[in-house]
Amino acid sequence: MSAPVEIPKYTKADFESDQDVRWCPGCGDYAILSTVQKALSTLPVRKENHVFVSGIGCSSRFPYYVSTYGFHTIHGRAPAIASGLKASRPDLTVWVVTGDGDALSIGGNHLIHALRRNFDLKILMFNNRIYGLTKGQYSPTSELGKKTKSTPLGSLDYPFNPLALALGAGASFVARSMDTDAKHLGDIVTTAWKHKGTSFVEIFQNCNIFNDGAFTSFTEKPVRDDKQLRVEHGQKLVFAKGTKGIVRRNDRLVVGNLGQDATLDDVLTHDATDPDPSHAFALAALDVPEFPVAMGVLRAVERPTYEEMMSEQIAQARARKPADLHKLLHAGYTWTVK
Amino acid sequence: MSITAITPSEKRRQEIPHVTIRFVGDSGDGIQLSGDQFTSATAVAGNELATLPDFPAEIRAPAGSLAGVSGFQIQFASHEVYTPGDQPDVLVCMNPAGLKTNLKLLRPGGILIVNTDAFSESNLRKVGYATNPLEDDSLADWTVHKVPLETLTLECIKDLDVPTRTGRMAKNFFALGIMYWMYNRPMDETLTYIDKRIGGKNATLGEANRRLLLAGHAYGETCEMFPVNFTVPQAKIAPGTYRNIRGNEALALGLVAAGVKSGLDVFLGAYPITPASDVLHQLSGYKEFGIRTFQAEDEIAGICSAIGASYGGALGVTLSSGPGIALKQEAMGLAHMVELPLVICNIQRGGPSTGLPTKTEQADLMQAIYGRNGEAPIPVIAAQSPSDAFMAAYEACRIATKYMTPVMLLSDGYIANGAEPWSIPRTEDLPAFSHHFQTSAEGFQPYGRDEQTLSRPWVRPGTPGLEHRIGGIEKAHLSGNISYDPQNHDFMCRMRAEKVQRVQQDIAPTVVNGDADGGDLLILGWGSTYGSITAAVQWARGSGLSVSHAHLRWLNPLPANLGEVLRRYKRVMVPEINLGQLVHLVRSKYLVDARPLNQVRGQPFSVGELVKAIKQMLEVA
Repeated sequence: MSAPVEIPKYTKADFESDQDVRWCPGCGDYAILSTVQKALSTLPVRKENHVFVSGIGCSSRFPYYVSTYGFHTIHGRAPAIASGLKASRPDLTVWVVTGDGDALSIGGNHLIHALRRNFDLKILMFNNRIYGLTKGQYSPTSELGKKTKSTPLGSLDYPFNPLALALGAGASFVARSMDTDAKHLGDIVTTAWKHKGTSFVEIFQNCNIFNDGAFTSFTEKPVRDDKQLRVEHGQKLVFAKGTKGIVRRNDRLVVGNLGQDATLDDVLTHDATDPDPSHAFALAALDVPEFPVAMGVLRAVERPTYEEMMSEQIAQARARKPADLHKLLHAGYTWTVK
Repeated sequence: MSITAITPSEKRRQEIPHVTIRFVGDSGDGIQLSGDQFTSATAVAGNELATLPDFPAEIRAPAGSLAGVSGFQIQFASHEVYTPGDQPDVLVCMNPAGLKTNLKLLRPGGILIVNTDAFSESNLRKVGYATNPLEDDSLADWTVHKVPLETLTLECIKDLDVPTRTGRMAKNFFALGIMYWMYNRPMDETLTYIDKRIGGKNATLGEANRRLLLAGHAYGETCEMFPVNFTVPQAKIAPGTYRNIRGNEALALGLVAAGVKSGLDVFLGAYPITPASDVLHQLSGYKEFGIRTFQAEDEIAGICSAIGASYGGALGVTLSSGPGIALKQEAMGLAHMVELPLVICNIQRGGPSTGLPTKTEQADLMQAIYGRNGEAPIPVIAAQSPSDAFMAAYEACRIATKYMTPVMLLSDGYIANGAEPWSIPRTEDLPAFSHHFQTSAEGFQPYGRDEQTLSRPWVRPGTPGLEHRIGGIEKAHLSGNISYDPQNHDFMCRMRAEKVQRVQQDIAPTVVNGDADGGDLLILGWGSTYGSITAAVQWARGSGLSVSHAHLRWLNPLPANLGEVLRRYKRVMVPEINLGQLVHLVRSKYLVDARPLNQVRGQPFSVGELVKAIKQMLEVA
């Protein structure tokens, strides 16, 4: 199967389906859809070899709008269905589109196990910190005290940090981006595709109906530079137009003001390939107002994928003995009655 | 060299048509191993046989406790055998706990062989015996053979370098030797087993066990305690090549055969659960057949991964038992909605909830047929005996693929762990089984349908030009696009139901064993009650009663002629190991006054209780 596959020259339109997109006007999902369709057109993969698998929720309608193969499944189970698909069809590029409720609440178990097994799946988790399709209940990423229809006096749940959870589950690729920055998101989606193993991408996505402005404290233009840390492998962790950097003092990460209480040499260098996940974990935890929010690829380490190892075991078994059904049925002690 | 050539000396030899033997002891006494060996030897001897292992749910219950008693029962005969026997004729008992829990099963006048060494004061106290039953008159109703098994065992191997504890544990081979003598079983198979499986790992231990088996045999022959031994003449068995097989093994082989014959890759997604896990273990060892087994994080992921594999063009299979099946129901609804092939194996156990994990029951029939939300019928097939699980699994795969539908295969704990001789089919005789992946874009409609089966096309992702989207939201007829149109929903629900109903095209009409044209009583059964019902009906007909038997392989859809068959009989009785499920279905579907016969004791029906019910229903003494 090593014959070179001819890839047609695609445009974004080649990945648009004939279905009307039915998210609320102004929803962040539109921007993500457009960015992903554009990214798909640039990848060296034939269209029929992409499969989008989703669960339930606003984000999970995504497959209907992409003109590849698509499977809109049931609530929380997309990683499990995608795992079975990838296990039996390693040749396909399998994407999982999910949301914060779908992935972290009802489907939490499947997510963590997909991550630890390292199937080559591309998981895009749209995080709007709310349940949209069921009309506005708090989600596992909603902040403590959030007032919603189901929590009129404020939610009592401490939220998950999705990236910290993914890292804790042993994810080999963990990244973060947002709906409104098409350039950054497009790059992250492409990088996630390139990674061999489970890629987990958290995408901040604004729900303008039930949780409008959830991310404005670090995405709005006036605060953006000061409140976002764009991490890149091998680069210094600087932000605020190069005036600030992440430094380590007394074993803790703090913000250093360059030229005042810190020099560029003090600023940490991002190593996404560090086998020890504690650096990525520390970056994942940075949050406003004290810190900027880390955006980009926090971790990207290589290790064999589940489906590679599974195929290898089968190849070895086949090399050891031929598949002979007659022999199998007659295994063990047999006797013949004439 | 054949060990069976040993000639019994002056002892009497008696010919009997059939016998039921039960081995009991502690979980650590090697009861199941002894049972398996005795079974193989009996198969070699040319008898018909059926077995029932009966083990505790606890992996290692405290030694010598009532909870830790493990049992194995076998019936063998010179005639056809349908069950492991109602009442043992012989009880081989390793300890007081085994005696306490099993003595009541032994036929009055039956033979009790008991290991006296285990009847220490502390062991007796542990299970609540105030006095030693071997020393009072409480065993007067039976023929008791007291054998100091541990003493004899240790004496026999004292010159070998075997730790005392290990040596004591090998006493089951001494006991087995006695039984081989008593019932004239050939020992070659067991000796080969000892040499290969035990001696292969530890030569001294192999030598010890070999010596013990032969010593037990010699003990039976020479000890005056046993005045008689028995022969059970060979049964008339249909020509063919046979092996002894457990239900779970047969089920696994059926899945492999389906994969080979269809050319589809089999994918099993499963989560361990008693009594289904053995199928997962078994299939995990067949990687050379390209079988991909995936131990999922939970029951839901088990079925979902199988659905994903089927979507990719493999034959997706999942397996579980009652509680796991309940968890999988939503995903079965998805498979029904997106119309992909999927086989769900349900090895039923006692319920509800955790219930009786190691015991048998048939109480998941309603769950199988009606378990999902919405109108979501799926075909349901049931295995009727351990060896029959092979063809039942094969058929489930064939129908799932042909009709693009999830199919539930019902087995149960009794079938799963029970064993019987299996006439191995020739692979070329298995029903043809093909599949078709759509590749042509010409006129392609994701929800277009085959005229005969109403199945929709199976398209593997990666096929150019056929890219489309499927999902759990209602589909528009033909295009498969999302549709909330009320007329379309009504149409599609009926269409999917009609497709499942059309499986009837592949179902053989009901066959009646007995008076095909009608009579006083028809017994309608399904699943693992087959053996008990067959034996009971044979008895009843032998007594001149007009009793017939029909056994259902498919529970959904039911055979086309079933209603008409039921109406030919004055009475219909439906025995089930549940509180009345099939009887409910046939009463409502055919308006026939079928009567239930139910028990949920975790055990199969005994032939005796069926006979009693038949007599009651026909009002004969």
